Amino acid sequence: MTREFTVDEVQRYARHIILPGVGAEGQRKLLDAKVLCIGTGGLGSPIAMYLAAAGVGTVGLVDFDAVDLSNLQRQIAHGTSDIGRPKVESAKETLFELNPNVEVVTYDMLLSSENAFEVLGPWDVVVDGTDNFPVRYLVNDATQMLGKPLVYGSIYQFEGQATVFLPGPETPCYRCLFPQPPPPGTVPSCAEGGVFGVLPGIVGTIQATEAIKLVTGLGEPLVGRLLIFDATTMDFMTVKLRWDADCPVCGKEPTVTELIDYDQFCGIPSRGE
Amino acid sequence: MSVNVKLPTILRKHAGGEARVEADGSTLRELLANLEGSYPGITKNVLTGDGGLHRFINVYVNDEDVRYLGSLETELKEGDTVSILPAVAGG
Repeated sequence: MTREFTVDEVQRYARHIILPGVGAEGQRKLLDAKVLCIGTGGLGSPIAMYLAAAGVGTVGLVDFDAVDLSNLQRQIAHGTSDIGRPKVESAKETLFELNPNVEVVTYDMLLSSENAFEVLGPWDVVVDGTDNFPVRYLVNDATQMLGKPLVYGSIYQFEGQATVFLPGPETPCYRCLFPQPPPPGTVPSCAEGGVFGVLPGIVGTIQATEAIKLVTGLGEPLVGRLLIFDATTMDFMTVKLRWDADCPVCGKEPTVTELIDYDQFCGIPSRGE
Repeated sequence: MSVNVKLPTILRKHAGGEARVEADGSTLRELLANLEGSYPGITKNVLTGDGGLHRFINVYVNDEDVRYLGSLETELKEGDTVSILPAVAGG
């Protein structure tokens, strides 16, 4: 049965409903969608806020961290009065203020091989806004094994990367791009390297765009292409991202068949970045 | 033969902060050797101890990953753009 919009919804989503390519049909898909955001920091803030504003019916937030003063230079879902609060609680309040019709499910926990399937299981689309390699590999492997689309975004200093990994054979995943995490000590964390405050706003907004496109079926998803952004030169380039037949997770003969907890390194101790 | 090289932030300190440099080389291996000559230390984290490519740093010639071309033996043409892309995890 076709869902009827309420009076509030017709007004709230008017600019989508009249927009060719989204329309009433696309807006209904958004209202019925369940999208999970891993991380509510620099990337997770704009991701979750745009999803809520767009009317994604259920938004999930995963983060174990608390708001710190040094987060506020870029993590716009949190405010000064939120310092010390769990990020998922602070972000939930921001989303309700943007759109009280959205159901927000919070997971105040660190994702691990123990809980990843349970946490990711109920969601239609997963958006990766975490800040460390162990969780990025975990989320990639779990979404591939569960057959869920994953919207990837990652940043360092002035540079960002984004793409979409779809489940299924012969489409690339994160391990087709980078088969293994770098060894500990080779890659500095945000806390060590610094991060340009607006950068996660740009990359996170691109991720929200792709999540909304996946839900509504709008346009062509960023699949098989990796977007690379450099804020210092304002260069956006895309390179080809191919499925790797030797990929340890989605290749012809997978060698990674269960979830792995890589040692925490390089994102630590500031995993809430 | 001159090739444009796009450097990620993490390698720019070796090249006086430049985002793009030019270097010569008819293959990727030659280009990286010449880069190292001009900017000592710049390929330390791109090449493994035995001279291969790390799996957490990708190199593209124009928009193609060199793993699908000829790896370090990939031939370069005048005007090609070589981009070096490390795995990053920030969020």
